[in-house]
Amino acid sequence: MENPKKHLLSAQIDLSKFSEANFIPATEDEKRQQDVMSESTTFFKDGMRKLFKNPLAVASLIVLACIILTIIVAPMIVPYRYEEILSVNGRRDKGAKNLAPFTYSEMEQKYIAEGGTRFPHIFGTDEQCRDYFIRVVYGTRISLSVGFFASIIVLIIGMLYGSISGYLGGRVDLIMMRIVDIIYSLPDMLIIILLKVVLDERLSFPAGSFLAKLGTSMVSLFIVFGLLYWVGMARLIRGQILSIKENEYILAARAIGASSGRIIRKHIIPNCLSVIIISTALQIPSAIFTESFLSFVGIGVKAPMPSLGSLANAAREGLQSYPYKLIFPALMICLIVLSLNLLGDGLRDAFDPKLRR
Amino acid sequence: MSDHLLSVQNLHTSFFTDAGEVQAVNGVNFDLDRGEILGIVGESGSGKSVTAYSIMQILAETGRIVDGKILYNGEDLTGWSEKQMQAFRGKCCSIIFQDPMTSLNPVFTIGSQMKEAVVLHTDKRGSDADARVVELLELVGINEPRKRVKQYPFELSGGMRQRVMIAMALACEPDILIADEPTTALDVTIQAQILELIQGLQKKLGMAVILVTHDLGVIADMCDNIVVMYGGRICERGTAHEIFYNPRHEYTKGLLRSIPNVNNMKKKLIPISGTPINMLNMPKGCAFCARCDSAMKICLTEVPEELWINENHKAACWLNIRDAFRGKEEAE
Amino acid sequence: MSEPLVEVKNLKQYFPVRSGMKTQMLKAVDDVSFTVGQGETLGLVGESGCGKTTVGRTLLRLYEPTAGEVRFDGELVTDKNIHAMRKQMQMVFQDPYSSLDPRMTVEDIIGEPLDVHHLCSGRKERREKILELMSYVGLNAEHARRYAHEFSGGQRQRIGIARALAVNPKFIVCDEPVSALDVSIQAQVINMFEELQEKLGVAYLFIAHDLLVVHHISRRIAVMYLGKIVEIADADELNEHPIHPYTESLLSAVPIPDPEITRARQRIILEGDVPSPLNMPSGCAFRTRCRYATEQCTRECPALSNRGGGHQVACWNR
Repeated sequence: MENPKKHLLSAQIDLSKFSEANFIPATEDEKRQQDVMSESTTFFKDGMRKLFKNPLAVASLIVLACIILTIIVAPMIVPYRYEEILSVNGRRDKGAKNLAPFTYSEMEQKYIAEGGTRFPHIFGTDEQCRDYFIRVVYGTRISLSVGFFASIIVLIIGMLYGSISGYLGGRVDLIMMRIVDIIYSLPDMLIIILLKVVLDERLSFPAGSFLAKLGTSMVSLFIVFGLLYWVGMARLIRGQILSIKENEYILAARAIGASSGRIIRKHIIPNCLSVIIISTALQIPSAIFTESFLSFVGIGVKAPMPSLGSLANAAREGLQSYPYKLIFPALMICLIVLSLNLLGDGLRDAFDPKLRR
Repeated sequence: MSDHLLSVQNLHTSFFTDAGEVQAVNGVNFDLDRGEILGIVGESGSGKSVTAYSIMQILAETGRIVDGKILYNGEDLTGWSEKQMQAFRGKCCSIIFQDPMTSLNPVFTIGSQMKEAVVLHTDKRGSDADARVVELLELVGINEPRKRVKQYPFELSGGMRQRVMIAMALACEPDILIADEPTTALDVTIQAQILELIQGLQKKLGMAVILVTHDLGVIADMCDNIVVMYGGRICERGTAHEIFYNPRHEYTKGLLRSIPNVNNMKKKLIPISGTPINMLNMPKGCAFCARCDSAMKICLTEVPEELWINENHKAACWLNIRDAFRGKEEAE
Repeated sequence: MSEPLVEVKNLKQYFPVRSGMKTQMLKAVDDVSFTVGQGETLGLVGESGCGKTTVGRTLLRLYEPTAGEVRFDGELVTDKNIHAMRKQMQMVFQDPYSSLDPRMTVEDIIGEPLDVHHLCSGRKERREKILELMSYVGLNAEHARRYAHEFSGGQRQRIGIARALAVNPKFIVCDEPVSALDVSIQAQVINMFEELQEKLGVAYLFIAHDLLVVHHISRRIAVMYLGKIVEIADADELNEHPIHPYTESLLSAVPIPDPEITRARQRIILEGDVPSPLNMPSGCAFRTRCRYATEQCTRECPALSNRGGGHQVACWNR
């Protein structure tokens, strides 16, 4: 029943539209043009591209950059110091107490009327006649550096501990992880307060040294953070290393004859670097938070050194008359913590290989 | 033409990813009749699994059927609502996947998962449903089914789990069973068991089977008709005999040359050169042209049409058209 | 017969498995002996969990063997000389995705063995050597600075092979090197293995589960079941006259890509599943699925015995 001619190709397609030129074999070059390898990207480049596509991460990056720029540049521009009680022409300005933002005291107004120039008090002044803007700037400096250095200390201890535990495995791992469990089970705020109080008493540094300049209260803050918060980092890194160790490329490196040191250095560390960076970035805001909290309850940095927490604490007293004194440091904490958290999330989305599609 | 059980017409499925649109399936046509075993063969990225998922409409979030029709008993599935599709899945068409471990929920027993499928798609309840579960497990050759229903997936071996998956898929005797690489994760001897089981069930229940696989051996063993896919398009389709002994597409020919020859094991293999297709960067013409030894100018610029070679065989290769053009064509 | 290149004698590899309070021994490899000749390919087939991968890894001392010895070129391989031995014995891994460090460029991956064994005196020599290796395995020299994840499976496997070749080994353990690859790419890699053997005279232990591929590439084939070798023979001999009932059913179960042949032959379908290696049957491990099993199989485990022409089988009844 089927017409055999139906299956002739010439019956299905109009052959007259072709010419012999269509059927010349294609050259190798022409074929190769069809088969292009996609653009070469490194892991880092690809991650950065993704990071910059994330509007929240970019916004927080900009906010952070502004804050950092301000705390670096502002002390150079603003002619006041954070512990300086305002004075005009060498005379103490007793009227410059609790000024509202962008206002001048009577003495200053007189001084300006006489032709002098006076830098505006952007955030006003505090109850001890100190420029509040520069205090907030210094407070931010302190808070950020506490967060940053505490995270670095946490990172170093956690990385060493976690990688030893993870790489050696077996009994060593078991014991090391039980120690971590014990530290984990301690109520951290209580320990922080206790340690802080004890360390403040005991620590002393030779005068003039770098540590003495920072002050014992700052140094003890770092130590407290380091001693308590490394456990989370150590667990995380151990987990990372355990999973990386399972990969065949570690086995391949051993088959080549690479030593343990080389394997850790060349294969394991680079592969957990992204996770380490991300969790460090997320560690900073939590350290800032704790520091602010400690300063708020009065066991943080020592006066007259300001921190965002102690500024907020000091502002409590005149809260109803001068609410802006609380708003500025509180807003600063929010901005820093929020943008660091968002940036950390952005970093994780961009760099964590497990979340990749 | 509507007497086919399932008819896929000009199917286009795309995934919309960060890197752009990926045309995973690009104009696929085939028909499936009652009681037929159809094999879809191709390498990774050929669109064979996506074709199967498109029929079931179980594509990942980013995937969408862009164009084309899927006719089931003459009705177009692509316009159906999710509710209609839910009834379709299971009752009319079931699917089993490559990895039986991940497709079973580890926290429920085999029995409760199977009962759920039975209750969902049939009117059997309570002890009737339990009896049906045991009956199904017996059907797929699981010994001591009454004991097995109380076990968890991890207590079963890979082959057993795949049997359970098949039993679940058969819960309400679908017309079509789609098997997506059902034996790839299994060992050779277990693979033989499962293939035998699918074949036996197909004969017993008279359902149609779509077997998606990359293994030419499995295809040769099981299928009546074969669809060869590359780069989201169909290269050729026809009966198993036609595809294996009279391939008319360069890709199929290359595939058959690149596997060890059973009659002469020591004969050197002739591989297909080049690397697999980059789906983000599809060639303008024939998807296979970059790797084809006989590629011509026209292959680079135009997609070949699918044309009848004989009543059992269609192929989409410019070489056939060239031969016709040069007048070498012979009626078969 | 000349001196074999690799000689494995009574190799055992047990892993302790803790389940609750008691520790059980998982006998992954149990008393395995074989030899691989100079420039020869020995195929090792078996189902997943039969211990074939463990044999390859224990051979290279990636695991510390429980018992038994491995001799390379007549010299006993020990912990002390394994570093030097790794210049002679190398490995190609199954998974081309996880066996290459994602943070390293192709150049560094291939160069790593050169660095570890201090085979290059300067950067220039290192680079030249790497480019030479890349051209050996058919990789484009322009891609040396790219990362492994930018390549397709087949190209990645080429990188893995180039890495193994960097130290100029005489023996390479190939652990399922093509099973993760597409059919059209498999042939490229198999051909490359063959060409490298012709050119460099390397010997392979070719571990795979695909019998067709193993038959194609190997001169001799060993079949493993639950940690033991049940049959060793020449590839063609094994295929045409399998003696062990396991080999027989394995061969009959392989789907042959030819509809007429595959549909015409008789399949021997094995009943049931592979027993758990933690709960091995007494006597012959295969007896639970064997259609010839007798009472003797329950009592005693058969040893490999010679059936002429180098064909060795471990079975009481055949």
